[in-house]
Amino acid sequence: MASSGQTVLQFSSSSTSISARVHPLVIFNICDFYVRRPDQAERVIGTLLGSVLPDGTVDIRNSYAVPHNESSDQVALDIDYHHNMLLSHQKVNPKEVIVGWFSTGFGVTGGSALIHEFYAREVSNPVHLTVDTGFKNDEAALKGFVSINLSLGDQQLAAQFQEIPLDLRMVEAERIGFDVLKPTTVDKIPNDLEGMEASMERLLALIDDVYKYVDDVVEGRVAPDNDIGQFISETVASIPKLSPHTFDKLVNDSLQDQLLLLYLSSITRTQLSLAEKLNTAAQIL
Amino acid sequence: MANTTARSFLQVAATEEAAPPLRVVQIEGLVILKIIKHCQEFSPALVTGQLLGLDVGSVLEVTNCFPFPIREEDEEVEAEGANYQLEMMRCLREVNVDNNTVGWYQSTLFGSFQTVELIETFMNYQENIRRCVCIVYDPSRSNQGVLALKALKLSDSFMDLYKNNNFTGEKLREKNLSWVDIFEEIPIKVSNSALISAFMTELETDTPVRQCDYERLQLSTNPFLERNVEFLIECMDDLSMEQQKFQFYYRNLSRQQAQQQAWLQKRRTENMSRKAAGEEPLPEEDPSNPVFKPIPEPSRLDSFLITNQISNYCNQINGVAGQSFSRLYLMKALHDEK
Repeated sequence: MASSGQTVLQFSSSSTSISARVHPLVIFNICDFYVRRPDQAERVIGTLLGSVLPDGTVDIRNSYAVPHNESSDQVALDIDYHHNMLLSHQKVNPKEVIVGWFSTGFGVTGGSALIHEFYAREVSNPVHLTVDTGFKNDEAALKGFVSINLSLGDQQLAAQFQEIPLDLRMVEAERIGFDVLKPTTVDKIPNDLEGMEASMERLLALIDDVYKYVDDVVEGRVAPDNDIGQFISETVASIPKLSPHTFDKLVNDSLQDQLLLLYLSSITRTQLSLAEKLNTAAQIL
Repeated sequence: MANTTARSFLQVAATEEAAPPLRVVQIEGLVILKIIKHCQEFSPALVTGQLLGLDVGSVLEVTNCFPFPIREEDEEVEAEGANYQLEMMRCLREVNVDNNTVGWYQSTLFGSFQTVELIETFMNYQENIRRCVCIVYDPSRSNQGVLALKALKLSDSFMDLYKNNNFTGEKLREKNLSWVDIFEEIPIKVSNSALISAFMTELETDTPVRQCDYERLQLSTNPFLERNVEFLIECMDDLSMEQQKFQFYYRNLSRQQAQQQAWLQKRRTENMSRKAAGEEPLPEEDPSNPVFKPIPEPSRLDSFLITNQISNYCNQINGVAGQSFSRLYLMKALHDEK
């Protein structure tokens, strides 16, 4: 910038293209800290840990709260606490480094610039994540910001928070299942077969939907959509074409494999109970 | 208001005395996510961590947890590990996290967690906290769309025996303890704060198909089953080794008893002849004789644990094979329909 020789008023544009990826654990963590916040505190803030991916995306994987005090124009952050916690976290997973900080509340507030400055000293280009725990607009607003410097030549005039796109990695939450993570109480973790049943029911419902749609189109109740048609035909075509004979053989072979395993495991169990009887009953008088 | 809190304190005190058995482990969604993150990131290495929470009557609430660094067999590092633990607890207390250890979590592969180490760790924890629990998570099974989370504790009667290190056949018969009774699985209840519940409802993606559905409907379970059977075979080998040990012991024991009988017989006839000759009879017991030295009975603990493992593998094979049946029939149905 300085090398251009001219004094230009400009935003440094190095960070405009980044986006952030948020894992569900971070949201859970922040909510938990907020629920457990000290009496008078209006918001909680803390450090975000993660890594910067090669393509510039910031991967936010973990977080911890940092105690702080806020008055109208002052922010006091417990820096010792922050460093201790960072050290502890790094002992477990050295790959996770500071990538930014979070705060609850809607959007950026006055004190945020000061805290952001602090984190900018820890890591270049920190990401600021805000989580609206108050549901101000009746929605769960999650926002990510980076700060962009407004500079006149070499001189820094101001910093602006610019919103960046957030990518919620809900795949992990899906893997566990929203049925477990959503309600306030779940009496029991679903076991294998129950999960299987749920999945099959969903699959069945989807197939029914497709049936209904195709019928509707055929009978002219719904305007045909070529894109959907394409998807359906691709899906149907993705089932490999096998002659009934080969298919039967394939299924039967697998079935027999499984049956053999079942048989083996039952035999083993019988053997176990037999061994137990023999081992504990055997006694020489 | 004050009245109710006073009463609840009283209740707590009362339950403290009665010490009701642990019935449910209530675990926060946050803890599940944290455990899974830690275990998955380091899989296939096995990792552990501490569980924090509250002990309320017959419910053990797990409200937070933190991971341990990967353990190393070094004295110095071990001391550092203890420091780390204290430091972490102190830090978490400052942000109002429940600062009460209720147990630990650990990852496992193919459910092979029934080891002597687990029992030892459990006994260590048990010394300091009256009620503790071990949560076991299996990353290898989560690839099949299963939330493989288990809460375990050792049964009281087993702990008694373990403390006295009494794993002889006689004691086990006396206590009527078999291998099934070593571990007790405690049902897990999941709870989430209202705030998290609201967030999740809001952020839930509305795709009709979830990641776990894809994983559950995967047809290839063979690698998993293969590994399972492999482990099963290994365990069977171990078990037969253990049984040989017992056979050896019993053979020795019966030989010794035969020798003792023979010696007694000899002594009696000798005494008889001495009596006839008017001499003092010799004592019928002679501790210095090697024949009377008791042969130590091998501990049954190992064979019990191996049996537990085997039964666990059998269960897994059964479960997965059962699911494969459903999948295969589903595939067949799909194919036929087409």
